[in-house]
Amino acid sequence: MKRSVFAASSTLAFVAATLAQAGPEAEVLHWWTSGGEAKSVAVLQQEFAANGGTWTDMPVAGGGGDAAMTALRARVLSGNAPTAVQLKGPAIQEWYEEGVLADISAVAEAEGWDKVLPASIAAHMKCEGQWCAAPVNVHRVDWLWANAEILAANDIAMPTSWDAFNAAADKLMAAGVIPLAHGGQAWQDATIFEVVALGLLGAEDFDKAFVDLDPEVLASDKMVAVFDQMRKMRGYVDSNFPGRDWNLATSMVMNGEAAFQIMGDWAKGEFLAAGKVPGEDFLCASAPGEGFLYNVDSFAMFDVTGSDKQEGQALLAKLIVGQNFQKVFNLNKGSIPARTDVEMDAFDSCAHLSAAEMKTSSEEGTLLPSYAHGMAMRGAQSGAITDVVTAHFNSDMSSADAVEMLVAAVANSL
Amino acid sequence: MHAWLERQIPKMVLAPSFVAILIFVYGFIGWTAWISLTRSKLLPRYDLHGLIQYKRLLAAPRWDTAMDNLFLFGSLFIGISMLLGLGLAILLDQRIRIEGVLRTIYLYPMALSMIVTGTAWKWIMNPGLGLEAMVRGWGFDSFRFSWIIDPDMAIYAVVVAGVWQASGFVMALFLAGLRSVDGEIIKAAQVDGIPGWRIYSAIILPSMAPIFLSAFIVLAHLAIKSFDLVVALTGGGPGYATDLPATYMYAMAFSRGDIGQAASSAMVMMAVVFAIVVPYLYSELRAKHD
Amino acid sequence: MTDFTASPPGPAPRAPGRIALRWLLFILLGLFALFYLMPLFVMVTTSLKSLEEIRSGSLVAFPRELTFDAWRTAWSGACTGIQCEGLRPYFWNSVLLAVPAVLISTFLGAANGYIIAQWNFRGANLIFSAMLFGCFIPFQVVLLPMARMLGMMGLAGTIPGLIFAHVVYGIGFTTLFFRNFYVTIPSDLVKAAKVDGAGFFRIFWSIFLPLSLPIIVVTVIWQFTQIWNDFLFGVSFSQAGTQPVTVALNNIVNSTTGVKEYNVDMAAAIIAGLPTLLVYVVAGKYFIRGLTAGSVKG
Repeated sequence: MKRSVFAASSTLAFVAATLAQAGPEAEVLHWWTSGGEAKSVAVLQQEFAANGGTWTDMPVAGGGGDAAMTALRARVLSGNAPTAVQLKGPAIQEWYEEGVLADISAVAEAEGWDKVLPASIAAHMKCEGQWCAAPVNVHRVDWLWANAEILAANDIAMPTSWDAFNAAADKLMAAGVIPLAHGGQAWQDATIFEVVALGLLGAEDFDKAFVDLDPEVLASDKMVAVFDQMRKMRGYVDSNFPGRDWNLATSMVMNGEAAFQIMGDWAKGEFLAAGKVPGEDFLCASAPGEGFLYNVDSFAMFDVTGSDKQEGQALLAKLIVGQNFQKVFNLNKGSIPARTDVEMDAFDSCAHLSAAEMKTSSEEGTLLPSYAHGMAMRGAQSGAITDVVTAHFNSDMSSADAVEMLVAAVANSL
Repeated sequence: MHAWLERQIPKMVLAPSFVAILIFVYGFIGWTAWISLTRSKLLPRYDLHGLIQYKRLLAAPRWDTAMDNLFLFGSLFIGISMLLGLGLAILLDQRIRIEGVLRTIYLYPMALSMIVTGTAWKWIMNPGLGLEAMVRGWGFDSFRFSWIIDPDMAIYAVVVAGVWQASGFVMALFLAGLRSVDGEIIKAAQVDGIPGWRIYSAIILPSMAPIFLSAFIVLAHLAIKSFDLVVALTGGGPGYATDLPATYMYAMAFSRGDIGQAASSAMVMMAVVFAIVVPYLYSELRAKHD
Repeated sequence: MTDFTASPPGPAPRAPGRIALRWLLFILLGLFALFYLMPLFVMVTTSLKSLEEIRSGSLVAFPRELTFDAWRTAWSGACTGIQCEGLRPYFWNSVLLAVPAVLISTFLGAANGYIIAQWNFRGANLIFSAMLFGCFIPFQVVLLPMARMLGMMGLAGTIPGLIFAHVVYGIGFTTLFFRNFYVTIPSDLVKAAKVDGAGFFRIFWSIFLPLSLPIIVVTVIWQFTQIWNDFLFGVSFSQAGTQPVTVALNNIVNSTTGVKEYNVDMAAAIIAGLPTLLVYVVAGKYFIRGLTAGSVKG
């Protein structure tokens, strides 16, 4: 009895909803809920509305998308998938294998996405050859941020090798400055780890280790060296780092408490919001080593029924990769456009550096997915690696033990 | 016919709840047990693969940490909350004029979820921002309170916040118990000149045995379900030093797309619950027949 | 009520030892009050500071200048996604969800408790045990199968669906409360009423329910706190337009790559917690009374 009343009322609500809306519609699940991110999504929503679409916002923040993924699973299992979902990296293909993603090849081909997106990024958007997601931006992860004044005062140049970084850090320690601002959360530990790994392993071995999960590279002496450097990094961090949010670490650099931070280019947003000028107040440079670690945000389209929703998906996909949105969104968010033909005049010097290096590394084959940000492998494996990285960073485990644990953890996660 | 119907009414009224529990608790436990025998990843799959998930679980160092933490956290959380709750209840029972105000102050943490209070606790416990910085600011330079950033001590920081949240509730239970002890017996004891502390230890506390049990069950339930507490306070860190089974399971199921592994950890948790609850139920129901 | 500082009966002599003991008692109670109030103090003061003051000053200090901007923003201006309407719309969702869920689960608990405690039949204890065990099931375990069931029932993403989930997993505790309360009522009462010709429902309505006010208060407080504060069900079984206030709070507080406004975060947290806080402050007295009345099997 109770149940039928519930069912009836929800059916009524459903009928009312379908009657009220004609034309393209989309319910969008994302975790960009505050500040510049929310403003950036609002840009998309406005464009969507301007093209006659109805946007229903379904924001779920928390844990870098964990809470949103919880909601997504529940929605998919209940047969009520959202139209478009903020998803990235191999998770897109994982969802595709569960048979719940839609094919948006028609839009992609009409818009010529293949010609404007770098090949390695386009590959993330395809599921068995067909397009199933639309890229929004490219965040670079392997950035080294620095307080310009502190570096000048201590006569330090932006380091271009890890030895130079260590020398600079030792000098700063002696001068009483915290060399590295860091927040002790697992994903931040992983971020430093992968940046160090890219520098010390080189692009080719990074790819083998974190994309192919090659046990030989994972167990190699070079990997021991990576953990050795991590132990050094631990020494360059102040004692109060555990649990600190990344943006608080950024303000340490801003306020002159610390000299460097290793963080993706969202950190730039914090500097800019505080009125700091790139090149004058703070410096941005690629972290020591060759290559470019990318973290691409994208929207995957889920299988939905009803022509208005499917129209909504097509429209959304088209707008997301469109020139205008790619430019406005990324100006807001601190990242660079995923498509390579966007006018970059309005962007700052850090973004120009990022765009230029993305182009060259794409040509050299050193444009690599970030493991710490879920671009390189599936959740179970990257999680297992992060467990080891963070356990090593937060204890006095030896590098050899860490490598042994790393190999075992990866094997146990498969 | 009518009498028969009359006799069946209680069962009929109880039936919907019973069926709901049967499906939504036991059916789901069965479902979880099944999933724990599969290689489910992102979404549940139903083809069986033996005990692989349990083997993986036992091979995971993080799970060891989580189980160790559960027993350490659980025993400290339950023990301290009980002692503190009982102590506060006895103190409040001394005819305090502002009892109402104090009681509310002790009780309010239970009203707020840790999502709400977590950030405040994080700041208070952070040595650079909170208590340590404040006390040092007063001139006590050697004062240290940095549990939350120490992998070996962080779980005790979680205990502090947990006790803060639950001990007021336990106090309420004990206060209620103290108030329901027969006043005549106490008066008689006072007339006989028995000192106050003896009245407590020999007469009042033993008569409150059932309340200890109720408090234990409420606290055990909170300890096992503790999830918000850890997520809000430490996020499981430093490293995974404060991971609990509930957070482990959540991480596996929802951030790592490893549902089979999550299901096997859930089954182990359920076994722990079973080991705690069944003795309670046994004593509870046997007592009724006495 | 017992007073262990009390001397043997008769007019209490004002002995110095007794006064010192009294002072010690007050100091102890006061110190504990400070411990319990500390987080609330941090939250309230932070919510009344400006962002600059938070950045520059100590977090554990009184505000230099009071400002209520953060409260206004949290209530009606903070962004929870592309909508920047603060907590207000979600607050209403929570009310729509919590009130029926609390009422239904309390009513079911009363009926179940009445039957199990007073209408003994074979297997009643087994059913009770089964329900009680259900209290302990971690919610993370039931999320996925529950989502599937709600989908099959056509309740996915709706407020009735959320109510249903909360009622199902509330039954265990509400039944426990009422059963333990009713068990203390002599069974002769039912027997006598039956002799007078009263039926099952008559006895429930006109004898048991009127007796139950204390335990109803306890149950309502418990259920309301659980349901209002729930995040996991709220985030999993809702969709755009039905998200409860805890989900919105989480959206405001958790910025992945944005600037953190701690004063707004704290104001939002307090607003989201106000209803339960209010219930505890207003009904706290009845809560103790209700527990005294037998729910703890005193």
